[in-house]
Amino acid sequence: MARTVNIKDYHREQRLFLRRMVVASILIGLCAITLWTRLGLLQIARHDYYLELSQGNRARLEPIPANRGLILDRNGKVLAENLAAYQLELVREQVPDLTATLQGLAALQLIPRDEIEDIRRLVRSRRGFEGVPIRLRMSEEEIARFAVHRHQFPGVDIRTRLTRYYPNGALAVHALGYVAAIGEQDLTHIDRSAYAGTTLIGKLGVESAREKELHGTNGFREVLVNAQGRSVQKQGGFAPDLRSRAPKAGSDLILSLDLVAQQAAEEALRGRRGAVVALDPDNGDVLVFVSQPGFDPSLFGRGLTRAEYRNLETDANRPLLNRALRGTYPPGSTVKPVIALAGLKYGAVKPDDHRFCAGVYNLPGSSRLFREGRSGRHGSVDLQDAIAHSCDVYFYALANTLGVDHIAEFLEPFGYGKPTGIDISGEQSGILPSKEWKKHRFKRPADQIWFPGETVNFGVGQGYMTVTPMQQAHMVSVIAARGKSFKPRLVTGLRDPETKQATVIPPQRERDVDHVRPEDWETVFEGMKGTITRGTGRGMGTGASYTIAGKTGTAQVFTVAQNAKYVEKDVSELLRDHSWFVAFAPAEAPRIALAVLVENGGFGAAAAGPIARKVLDAYLLPRNTPEVKP
Amino acid sequence: MIYEQVSAPSARRTITGATRVLMALKLDGPLMVGLSLISVYGLIVLYSASGQDVGKVLRAIIHLGLGTTAMLTLAQVKPTTLRNAAPWLYLLGLVLLIVVDVTGYIGKGAQRWLDLGFIRFQPSEIMKLAVPMLCAWYLHERPLPPGPLTLAVVAAIIVIPAGLTAMQPDLGTAILITIGGGLVVVMAGLSVYILLGMAAVAGVGAWYGWSLLHDYQRQRVLTFIDPQNDPLGAGYHIIQSQIAIGSGGVFGKGWMNGSQSQLEYLPERHTDFIFAVIGEEFGLLGLVLLVLLYLFVVGRAMYLTTQMQDTFARLLAASLGLTFFVYVFINTGMVSGLLPVVGVPLPLVSYGGTSMVTLLAGFGILMALYSHRKLVGS
Repeated sequence: MARTVNIKDYHREQRLFLRRMVVASILIGLCAITLWTRLGLLQIARHDYYLELSQGNRARLEPIPANRGLILDRNGKVLAENLAAYQLELVREQVPDLTATLQGLAALQLIPRDEIEDIRRLVRSRRGFEGVPIRLRMSEEEIARFAVHRHQFPGVDIRTRLTRYYPNGALAVHALGYVAAIGEQDLTHIDRSAYAGTTLIGKLGVESAREKELHGTNGFREVLVNAQGRSVQKQGGFAPDLRSRAPKAGSDLILSLDLVAQQAAEEALRGRRGAVVALDPDNGDVLVFVSQPGFDPSLFGRGLTRAEYRNLETDANRPLLNRALRGTYPPGSTVKPVIALAGLKYGAVKPDDHRFCAGVYNLPGSSRLFREGRSGRHGSVDLQDAIAHSCDVYFYALANTLGVDHIAEFLEPFGYGKPTGIDISGEQSGILPSKEWKKHRFKRPADQIWFPGETVNFGVGQGYMTVTPMQQAHMVSVIAARGKSFKPRLVTGLRDPETKQATVIPPQRERDVDHVRPEDWETVFEGMKGTITRGTGRGMGTGASYTIAGKTGTAQVFTVAQNAKYVEKDVSELLRDHSWFVAFAPAEAPRIALAVLVENGGFGAAAAGPIARKVLDAYLLPRNTPEVKP
Repeated sequence: MIYEQVSAPSARRTITGATRVLMALKLDGPLMVGLSLISVYGLIVLYSASGQDVGKVLRAIIHLGLGTTAMLTLAQVKPTTLRNAAPWLYLLGLVLLIVVDVTGYIGKGAQRWLDLGFIRFQPSEIMKLAVPMLCAWYLHERPLPPGPLTLAVVAAIIVIPAGLTAMQPDLGTAILITIGGGLVVVMAGLSVYILLGMAAVAGVGAWYGWSLLHDYQRQRVLTFIDPQNDPLGAGYHIIQSQIAIGSGGVFGKGWMNGSQSQLEYLPERHTDFIFAVIGEEFGLLGLVLLVLLYLFVVGRAMYLTTQMQDTFARLLAASLGLTFFVYVFINTGMVSGLLPVVGVPLPLVSYGGTSMVTLLAGFGILMALYSHRKLVGS
């Protein structure tokens, strides 16, 4: 003790201590200033940034899908609507024993036993509080079965969602299209944020062409979520304002289709491969749009299994092919009215000029013989007879006189060799042959030469020329309207789903076919009426209260040898001729123009004619049921 | 002579009833006011930060009561008694620390708590008081500034418990123990050159120590440098607390209206990160007010310290007061992203009984040292 006392200098110690206290105070002050600076940086300078982060933290945007617009026919009848579908959902954290639950559901045959492991993995991969759909598309019977046993499955429940439903099944499927799950390809051209919450998207037909209008605008609601991502109603006294926006349902589409006529056409064509397209010559409205066979578009919305889709794809009858728009066939004799108009226009024939048909045409300067298609010899025929009886020899000669370039030039304004411009996609152009076309089409110089014989075939719609049923309907519609041309259209208006106010889309008039002399229309009309009254379509108009003007056609699939005769029953079905019929009615004031094609249907009047008659009746005859106006 | 200087002006003051009570209880009025304000502020925040958990608030009030009792009791103890008890307290703490470490080793996991059945406490908390007490006890009669041999002994006094605590592993408390003891030495007049030398050694030591750190401790250092690197993992604490503070702005979102804390984005929101809750709900104003309260308490503690004559009292009181500020700065610095996340609670505000009791006990000692100062050396 004494030793230390001697050495200790209390005054020095105290001075040193006080000095250190001063330094410590300064350091404390500096620390406080540093801290306040830091807080100022966070809370003043970067306040907005952090505020935004905190808002992103607390609120999750939950999309509310908009109801897809309905699709209605011209009279307001529903062609596509949204129906509730039932699905089984499982919330993992509410399920006491996942494996036992899934096995129990499998025992009730609500889920396939061999998918238990997959479902278990799916459920495990999601967060515990999320509802995971484990079974889609439940039938009423399955719903009932589950309802009875519901108490055994806590955490499993039935949820509804809207799915697309087509009440008429396969009716007009190739015009309507369908909706299916959004695929990888779709994602490249849609606004992903606008589709958040939407699972289905329009494919083909008007469902695809008018996707934008049908889809509507999705709404959203901000959901308060805690750090685990669980949505919470209210956390203690904390109840901030949450934003939300109601979804805006998509517009209803009003189509030009007439459900009654469409049904008649579908019914008449049932069991065949073919197409029926009917237009209103006054505005281009597509009244009937049939391509058969078809498929039930509802299947796609509910989710098609791989096997189901493969069946559709590999079916020999090709139900997925839109024959009305994408099937290309030689027009056969249905092109003759236009060839006749060309002959009149260029003065190659006069209406009263007669030509003798001996059943065979001998191309001048050639040994090649061109045979009458089917009806033997017609004797002496004028222009109207030639159309009515579909005399090939007459048109062989006429075509040869006109020459290929005149024909091609004259045909082009009728819509050949190019899409008609209908308001759904996928349309084929067909082929309008010409010397120029052949030069581009073939590589070898020897193939690029146009032969006179090809012009002769052109005159009866054989050879290189191909058309779609849509193009043929358009052509006959232009004739019926005496040259007035409209772009065919399926969608005539959009209807606001809430106010039911319809916005009419005006018809799109195209350049008129103005290179036909007015009196020539009448000449050809007479010939086409003759088809029904005395020609190849004889009997088709029996009992009709209106006048039909039409033209039969037979498109060769299989070319018979020069000296052989085509005998229908000897040729296998797929090599039989395609059967065409084009018509408009009433002939005096046409309200409908149509084209019917039956693949491998044989002679035009036999297969296609009666179908056309049924459609015309359905559209033109007075209806028993009053029309429901939208 | 010195005693007369202190007693003369105080005799002239008007002595109110309250002051008389405080004097009788050996308490310091301004310090009591400061501590009470901080504690009440803390309780208000805790109610919101705990998610309106009344039970937690009640338990915090019990902690506060226990701490106040410890403070009142210790304030009555004579400094000489404290000085004489220092070695025994240190020894007790050391034994308990070893027990905890051994049971922790046996239990193969982090072990900080000693469960006595009716109460659980951390022996390392005892060391927060025992280490500066023993340092002051040891330096009390040594010539100051301390010589090399003295420093070596003091270093041992500090490093042994700090090392044992770090082994638990509880890096935050180990650092606080080291700082508590270190401040005694610094205030005793540790040469500036030695301080600088130690800083150099610390630099090298850090380089070596890096290899000794646990992975999670390394991760804390790394994410401190760039918390964005691991936003959902180790950086999550810092990012979320900065969002909470920053989004609070100047005026805050209002009591119980902080989305970060109420929706549990902010981890440890009622314990180590409660400062961020204040920042979010009461804004910059709330934080500045709290820091001002802390500065007032520290300032008062330092003023009281300068009034002490005895070396033991001065060194211990200075260490207690300054350590309190170090706690504040480490916690607020950590929560606001200035310092690494080391797990130091915000004094008197963070929920937690041990820390509350230790801190208030410290202030009890400080007041005892001040109020009994005339008796020193008698």
